[in-house]
Amino acid sequence: MRKVMTGHKAVAEAMRQIEPDVVAVYPITPQSEIAEYYADYVHNGRVRTELVPVESEHSAMSACVGAAAAGGRVMTATASQGLALMVEILYIASSMRLPIVMALANRALSGPINIHCDHSDAYLARDAGAVQIFTESAQEAYDYTLIAQRLAERKGVSLPVIVNLDGFTLTHSVQVVEPLKDEVAKRFVGTYTPNYPLLDVEHPSTWGPFAMPDYYFELKRAQVAGMEAVPEAFLEIQKAYEEETGRKYQGYFEPYRLEDAERALVVMGSTAGTAKVVVDKLRDAGEKVGLLKMWMYRPFPYAAVAEALAGVKQVAVLDRALSFGAYGALYTDLAAAFVHRDQAPALVNYIYGLGGRDTTPEQLTQVFEEMSSVKPDQGLHYIGLRE
Amino acid sequence: MAAKLKSWRELPIGGVVPGGATPELNKTGSWRSQRPVWDEEKCIQCLQCWMHCPDDSIGIKDQKMTGMDFDHCKGCGVCAGICPVDAIEMVPEGGAECAK
Repeated sequence: MRKVMTGHKAVAEAMRQIEPDVVAVYPITPQSEIAEYYADYVHNGRVRTELVPVESEHSAMSACVGAAAAGGRVMTATASQGLALMVEILYIASSMRLPIVMALANRALSGPINIHCDHSDAYLARDAGAVQIFTESAQEAYDYTLIAQRLAERKGVSLPVIVNLDGFTLTHSVQVVEPLKDEVAKRFVGTYTPNYPLLDVEHPSTWGPFAMPDYYFELKRAQVAGMEAVPEAFLEIQKAYEEETGRKYQGYFEPYRLEDAERALVVMGSTAGTAKVVVDKLRDAGEKVGLLKMWMYRPFPYAAVAEALAGVKQVAVLDRALSFGAYGALYTDLAAAFVHRDQAPALVNYIYGLGGRDTTPEQLTQVFEEMSSVKPDQGLHYIGLRE
Repeated sequence: MAAKLKSWRELPIGGVVPGGATPELNKTGSWRSQRPVWDEEKCIQCLQCWMHCPDDSIGIKDQKMTGMDFDHCKGCGVCAGICPVDAIEMVPEGGAECAK
């Protein structure tokens, strides 16, 4: 049944249906209502989750690590500075291969302090070893929370998964969402069998031991294997989701009117919605334009992205965060995707939407218009910045 | 100690050590620079040292303290600090006699 709800509520509903054993969470704008809704479910007896109201996000992720090592199904949610505080432990969660699923309500990192959306928090955690998925709408945030749970717990993957949803734009705005029936969602997610649960006292195990130079390298390489298992699992779980629910998510990204496109945008998150409006309008005017919207950001699907954009002449890569002293992180990935290919579009890097700055259809139309005349390798371009 | 080092493919997921027997296998007492010396005459068997030892290195039998496990004691001195009757003294490693 279609319902009207915020992105917060959509994510909290997915969490209620997953009903993890433990949720350890600390409130932070624009994530707080996810925690509030979940606390409501716990205290009204709608879920049997142990809710741990910790004193910081560092503790939230630490409690998640402990609970997941104990053998529980564990979830959390955060944003911005909260994620920054979690990152130290997030590296440990991924190295211990703990399938913790986390909603990240994307918000700009300080400073200056700001509470609105950009992707600097997600980029901060980019190398932490967690799988990262970006979503365009509250509906996608809901669906991918369920998909993420199954992906995280997949044997061979066994990694934390971050589901990104743009702060305020998705978390606070009210949208039409169609949640699954509880039994359908629960059947899809299934039950979880941990690898070496600490609470299994008949089979004791040591977690998080010290590793010297003779083993650290091998342990990190073994962690890479988890990431390597993601792409195949991602597609399989999308297919299983379609079979169980009739909802079709196919591929690591959504290609939007890319067939025969000569110019294209690559974006992540809610701005894809704005871009679709622009693409439709320009297509109506006979212009060959398209869009590639990322879902799976880590691991990055280099070959698939390069193939999808192989015939495009110009591509503008939109990064919603800076990587000071370098191109945007998404642009760098796109460039790497094409570096050994004969057929490659001209790439240009735009920085947009920092600290919640709106990106309008007019601005994206202008990007399409000027794309052909912008020379590649001219550094960063900025959308909607006062010069 | 010349065990063959394993390839990354042979390692349990997450670097877990199944069996959990690492303290028994790894004798870490050689890290010690200070050694606790226990005076059994002064000891009142309050077991404060046993409760506070962070490395489970106080031996106990029939609810009585029996001495230190020097294969694992790292010489932190918590036992000497907590002892209410000064029955444990920290002395430089190498210059002391083992109490038991």
